[in-house]
Amino acid sequence: MPFKSPEEFIKETVGAIQEYSVLCWTAITDLFSAPRYWADIFTQMDSIGVGSMPIIILTGFFTGCVLALQSATALTQFGAVSKTGSLVSLSMVKELGPVLTGLMVSGRNAAGMASELGSMKVTEQIDAMRALGTDPMRKLVVPRLVATVFMLFFLTIIADAFGIGGGALMSVAILGLNGSSYLHDSYRGLVHGDIVQGLTKPLFSGFIIATVGCYCGLKTTGGTQGVGRSTTQAVVISSVAIIIVDLLVTRAMIGIFGS
Amino acid sequence: MGDAERTATETVDINGYSGPVVEFKDVTISFDVKPVLEHISFTVERAQTLIILGPAGCGKSVLLKMANGLLRPDSGSIRIFGQEITTMPERDLFRLRAHIGMVFQESALFDSLTVEDNVAYRLHEERVPEDQVRHRVEEALKFVELEQAIDKFPSELSGGMRRRVSIARAIITGPDLILYDSPTGGLDPITSTTIIQLVMKQRDVSHTTSLVVTHRLQDAFVMATHRYDAEKGMVPLEQNSSGSRIDQGTCFLVLNEGGIKFLGNTEELVHSEDPWIKEYLA
Repeated sequence: MPFKSPEEFIKETVGAIQEYSVLCWTAITDLFSAPRYWADIFTQMDSIGVGSMPIIILTGFFTGCVLALQSATALTQFGAVSKTGSLVSLSMVKELGPVLTGLMVSGRNAAGMASELGSMKVTEQIDAMRALGTDPMRKLVVPRLVATVFMLFFLTIIADAFGIGGGALMSVAILGLNGSSYLHDSYRGLVHGDIVQGLTKPLFSGFIIATVGCYCGLKTTGGTQGVGRSTTQAVVISSVAIIIVDLLVTRAMIGIFGS
Repeated sequence: MGDAERTATETVDINGYSGPVVEFKDVTISFDVKPVLEHISFTVERAQTLIILGPAGCGKSVLLKMANGLLRPDSGSIRIFGQEITTMPERDLFRLRAHIGMVFQESALFDSLTVEDNVAYRLHEERVPEDQVRHRVEEALKFVELEQAIDKFPSELSGGMRRRVSIARAIITGPDLILYDSPTGGLDPITSTTIIQLVMKQRDVSHTTSLVVTHRLQDAFVMATHRYDAEKGMVPLEQNSSGSRIDQGTCFLVLNEGGIKFLGNTEELVHSEDPWIKEYLA
């Protein structure tokens, strides 16, 4: 691949940010006007939400298991192993649940969106859709955006629950803690602000996954090789963006709730 | 599919308009600073067929996409049914496109939908009742002689069959203008003849204004010298009062190196003294 001049690179980057911003703005404004494609929204909810449940359950569960084992090792040194439940629940609800769910859904669905829309783009199906009088933004982007934001919220709750459950299993089966006190400690360790913080993050992550996936797909050029490139870009950009936005949201939430 | 709260294809009123259906004035378009088409001007009248010829990469498909508002020119004016589309918002363009059918070079069928859903796509968008949809889809597929493929997916069809489904999808709403982008491209001669016959059938039965992009001269001249007959299919035109056996509603536009090399009727084209045209036709 030939090297680009710095000027060309900056121009392309600024142009891409501008196009992405326009796509986001159009998708948001299209939410508030007809036509709306409800069947497509429900289909996407099924595909993104229900389809992602197995990986989210597995990821959440095993993360909770590992977290319990690792934190117990450290807490034992301070004689605070009974606080394992509190540490697992706080970590899962505030940070690991939202971020890992975002990253897993990004890997599965941002890639899926980019490849599906990219294939449609290179085979002129997007142009055909426009020629048939349908706005691809409303038909393809808006349903994916609504479905991802809505379903990621609930997927995060599921990941949190299975993470805490996995932690409980490890605490009881391997660390010999009392299951009831683990769950009680987990519950007491959480405050209102933690829940709000943990459930605000998936709203941003869902938005990033859908818009980046669709943007990369709709900008695909160069045949099947281009589809592959778009898919990779969608996963990389959305994953990095989720982690960066996670930092910003965390900082904002600490500013609001104080912890 | 057909659940839009409000139809996306509310129509633009073109009734009563009697001027040229397509009008290009000094249109120029560039990609990456390289001009693809420069200073293109022509008009297409109602019920006329304009065949666009030219070597590969000369901008034929780009011209067709501009006529449908899928691409916007850098300068110049494009009027479709008298409406300026170069500055028209996309939302209004969707409405205008309800009057335009388009057949894409590689068919561009939605591969996740069956033939029935592909052909019925526009009807679903317009929220036509389901009992009418099936009947109209069958009618359109009968027109392209492909009724048996109604439940198949595009991946199960041959190239020629896909092209015929694409034609059925374009004509199902009875558009006032049809744009054919290389309808015979990549097909074998027998299948090409079938497709050209369908294009002629639409021209002679419905008298629809059409722009036909092709790189196959034989297809272009068959269209100019034949007519569709319901019983015999494609038959040579009879001699008219002026002694001509050429369809007077069929004109030619030849593009080369981003400009118009020729614009006129069949007789003018075959008698052109331009050396490049002569070589191109040879």
